[in-house]
Parts: sequence; structure tokens; C-alpha cells
Amino acid sequence: MIISQLDFSELAARLRGSGLRIRTGSINFRIISSLPSIAQGIHLLYPDYPLVEEDAFIDFTVEVNKATGMRRWLRPQVKFTYEGVEPFGALPVAQAFPMLEWAMNWCISTQSHHFLSLHAAVLEREGCAVILPAPPGSGKSTLCAGLASRGWRLLSDELTLISLKDGLITPLGRPISLKNQSLEVIRQFYPDAVLNQVTHDTSKGSISHLKIPPGHVAQLEQRARPRWVVFPKYVPDSKAELTLRSKANSLLELGRNSFNYHVLGQAGFELLADVISASDCYDFRYSQLEDAVTLFDELALKEHP
Amino acid sequence: MSVNLLSQLLVQSGTAPELSLAQWETILGQTRKSRLLGRLAQHFLSQQWLISVPQQPRQYLEGALRLIDRQHHEVRWEVQCIRQALKDVDTPVVMLKGAAYFVAGLPPRDGRLFSDIDIMIRRDRIAEVESALYRCGWISEERDAYNQHYYREWMHEIPPLRHVRRNTVIDVHHTITPPTSRFKVDGAELLQHIQAVDARGDLFILNPPDMVLHSAVHLFQEGEFGHGLRDLLDLKDLLEHFQQQADFWPHLFQRASELKLQIPLFHALFHIQRLFDVAAPAQWTQQVAECAPAAPARIAMAWLLGLALRPDHPSCDTHWTGLARWLLYLRSHFLRMPLHLVVPHLLRKAYMGYFPEKNL
Repeated sequence: MIISQLDFSELAARLRGSGLRIRTGSINFRIISSLPSIAQGIHLLYPDYPLVEEDAFIDFTVEVNKATGMRRWLRPQVKFTYEGVEPFGALPVAQAFPMLEWAMNWCISTQSHHFLSLHAAVLEREGCAVILPAPPGSGKSTLCAGLASRGWRLLSDELTLISLKDGLITPLGRPISLKNQSLEVIRQFYPDAVLNQVTHDTSKGSISHLKIPPGHVAQLEQRARPRWVVFPKYVPDSKAELTLRSKANSLLELGRNSFNYHVLGQAGFELLADVISASDCYDFRYSQLEDAVTLFDELALKEHP
Repeated sequence: MSVNLLSQLLVQSGTAPELSLAQWETILGQTRKSRLLGRLAQHFLSQQWLISVPQQPRQYLEGALRLIDRQHHEVRWEVQCIRQALKDVDTPVVMLKGAAYFVAGLPPRDGRLFSDIDIMIRRDRIAEVESALYRCGWISEERDAYNQHYYREWMHEIPPLRHVRRNTVIDVHHTITPPTSRFKVDGAELLQHIQAVDARGDLFILNPPDMVLHSAVHLFQEGEFGHGLRDLLDLKDLLEHFQQQADFWPHLFQRASELKLQIPLFHALFHIQRLFDVAAPAQWTQQVAECAPAAPARIAMAWLLGLALRPDHPSCDTHWTGLARWLLYLRSHFLRMPLHLVVPHLLRKAYMGYFPEKNL
């Protein structure tokens, strides 16, 4: 059964009650929230995701609800509760849906040590994955959304999960978060884009989330092997260009972009070394999304002529 | 999920327990919160039960083992750095609590995650120790002037020190309880009976009875029970380990009497027996009973601690858990400070809690 088979009132009721049990890639979440914006966001962005059966295992239970206390009449706030604790500070209630997405990512990146987790986007074409690590503001999410709308299967826009057992990448496939100018660029580039309402004034500016194509959700159980590591950088008015970069340096940079590399020690290092030796590593600069996609398509074509 | 099921799970042996996925979910939640996930994972590993755990929860147990392995690696280095930093200061350096279990290879070390490292030194060398640590990169955590004053004047301690690069924290003590406390102990008395960890002779631990008593008084005098169950398990491990030594029990009671720590010892033994069915040998029952406080206190504390020692997780809470914890928090302050200091202190803490930004 998938989310869209529940009518909206049933969806909201489950969220308010014992929780909505939803599977995203390989992780089962139970989401608890009485906030309308959460129910609406899930209804809009997650229609194709499977529900989890009653007796199945839940990896993480996340609760996003209104903060109680003196402030609730002045400036209503929302808080994320996990196992009875609040890992983040409270945020304005308008930021509830982004908070849910951050909360889900936090759970995975802090506790899933059966993966090496990277702060990077990752997409797949014919079994081969391209990993896009990048600090905020580098245009990674725009590029990720652009590629996902043009035939590249989205595995994740934020968290690349690499299995310690076999080095394959496990998809998460949740909505792509987009900020500020990115939103307008994607609206132009991807006319069929389904975007959640925009939340303004967050610590990262204006944020929204883009629904991923239903075909991608259907393939969330399929893993991919790493083939390219590309470090993107948006540079205004530049021509799209891929330049080979040092593998050694790329390994270190991936380590720096990892959430749990320091926990995994030698196993983490060896896994990264395997990823790097199997991958071509590039620096990438671009300004026009159309040119960027063309270049990536050429990369894929070279692999599978 | 009752807390007794979790306690049983942590100490039982034999055939692997069969648990549903829903039960696994709850156990993972409870153990994460009470910092017992590593211990649970370690226990399953040593009992060879991991193979029987369903794949999804098993991933988190294995993840916890990786985390612990990594952390032990880091603690080893940290201890080395501390030894190096303090080698020229004229005081023995005594490892306490988790750090002691680690350097001495004691059973509570397995599956344990460490936060701060606690050391004990000579009271008259506090200033030199603070300077030596400062020179090697540890600086005071505490920015607030009031809290600095609280530590130095009332607790006769220095606030925790954080290393600028490694971000690790060291807590320097000169005794095992605050000097203003009802259960105060003279550090010099403890230093008379410390044991060297190895042939280098620059690192020490408390002797077995003192280590047990420290654990007991720390647990039952502290206000925070977030990891009470874990600390009680550590104590149980210590008792089971040390009682293999001849005369351990008589020495323990004698020392409890010398240091006037019979009451915390009583509470510890009571709850260890209740939760884990581990008790002093029968011939010592009378001695244990003699350690007890008067009946009203004994009954009240049994109830309060019984609730507070559950994992601090929504699945274990009753209506009374919050109240029990709050009362024990209050009690801990009364134990540690006389009345005329406690009241203004708690008022101030409440104020600071309400307006945290002003106090950064």
C-alpha cells in the first residue's frame, strides 16, 4: 500500500495518532505530528512511498510538534523530539516541514553506522552512480534537481549511504531540498515540478522541497555502484566544464564531507579508497543547467556507448 | 516494556532471547537513551547471540560496537596525553570512574562509551595541575562567573576543562564527593590507599573497596539519573569482579564504616539485588542491614530510586517518574550543600535555565 491510497483525513489521523509508518529507501520511519503543514507536505511530496506494515521494524520515530510553554501564544514554535529528547532547538512553526526533513536526515547520519554516510547528493544512470559532495551554496541541489528531471535517477539529495559490506550505494530518495534562487531556476527548467509551499526566513534562506519522479520511488530498492565523484561549483557566467582532479585529494575531501568517517576508522578509510579507485574524480563548474546536464549525459555515454 | 526486562536482558546468559521487532524497537530506544546500547551490543556479542538478532535491529547493535571500538581508541590516546601533561607535577594522578575501568581493564569497560575523563589529585596541587593542563591545551569550559564561583568556592573543584583541539573534557577532583556534602570524604585518606596501574608508577586507581564506594556515593548523591541504570550495572560488575579477591566483603564494610559511606552502599546493594539478583554472600546480610538509614528514609529512597533508575525513556515513565527525579535532584543538592547555600543556588539555576541566551 502507498501513501496516496490513504485519503487525506486518514493520513492526518495516523500522523496525529500512533504515527504514520513510511518507508524511504531502506529506512522505515514512524512520523508523529499534529501540524497541518506536515500532513499537507507529506500528502504532496510522498504519495508514491510505501507504507510500512504493523509488525515491521521501525528504524526511527520522529515527532515534530508544537512546542508548549509560555512562548506558544507569542510566537508559536515547533520542536523535534526523538526518544524523549530534543536534539535541536525549537524553530518557528512555519519551518515545521523543513524541520521534519532535517530530523529524518539527522537520525540517519548520527546512528546508521552500517553505512559510511557522506554529505553529498548522488544520482544513478544505468547502474553507475555519480556522487556530488559540496558545501552549501555550491549549486549541488540545483544540479541534482536538474539531473533528476532529465533521466538521472535520484538516490539522494543530501545523504550518500555507502554499504560497509559491499561498497554499493543505498538510495534514500526523499524530496530534494531547494533554496533561494534555485527555486526559480528549477521552476523554469522543470515545468512539471511539484514544489511544496516555500518557507521563508530559515537559517538557509527560503526553502522548499521538490517531489521526485514516481519512477524513481519505484526503484528505491535498487542500489548502485559508485563510478564518478564530481565536486560541483556554481560560477556565474561560466561555461560548463569538467576537469579531472587528483584521486588522493578527492579521497581526503570525501572524508571531510562525511558524517561518520571518524567513527568507522580504518574500515571507513578502506571503503573510501575503494570508492575513489573505482571512480573518475572531477571538479565541475557551471552556470547554465542545460549545459550541465548535457555534459553529464556525455559522461554517461562514455561509460555505456 | 518493563525496565526489568531490559535489566534481565543485560545480564542473562544461555539461549538467545527471542524478541519481536516491536520489542527490538523499544529496547533500542531505551538503551540509546540510557547509554546502554553499547553494553547491550557487547553482551550479545560475547554471548554469541548477534547472529540470532533480526537484520534490521542488528545493524544498530553492530553500529554501536563500531562506535565503542573507535572511542576506546581515542580514550587510550587521551590518557596518554594526560599522563604526559602532568608528569612534572608533584601529585599522583588517580583515574576515577570510567577512565579507571578503562586503564585497569575492569569489566565495566566493555561496551562503555566515555564522556569526560575524571581524575583525582592532591588538593594542594590543584593550581599546578590546572596550569600544566592549560599549557597542554585544556581550558576552562565554564564562562559564567557565577558557575566558576560555585565550582571553586563551594564545590572546591575547578570547572571541567576542554581540550582546544581534541574537544575532549577532563574533570579534575581532589576527593570523591564535594567537601560541603553530607557524605564528605577527605581525599588525602583515599590517596593513602591508591594502586598503581602499571610499572611506570605515574598513573593510579582507587583500591577496590574505595572504587566501589565511590561508585555508590556518586550514583546516590547525584541529581541526574539519565545513566543511573548504567552506573548501577558498572557497580554490579565491580562487585562480581572484586569479590573473587579474598576478604573483599569485610574490607568493603570496614572501609564504608571508616569513610562513613554506609548509607550509599546500602542503597546500591539494595537496588543491585532488586534488579539483577546479585547480592553480598549470606554471611554478610547482617552487615548490609546495619548500613541502612532509618525506616522512613529507607522506604522513601527505595521508591524514589526504583523509579529514577528506570531508563529515562518515555516507554518507562509512569506518572511519578518525573516527580521522583525532581525530588532526587533536590535531595542531591541538599546533600551537597547546606541550606543557606542551596536555596539561592537553585533559584539562580532556575533563572538561568529560563533565560539561557543572557548567560552565554
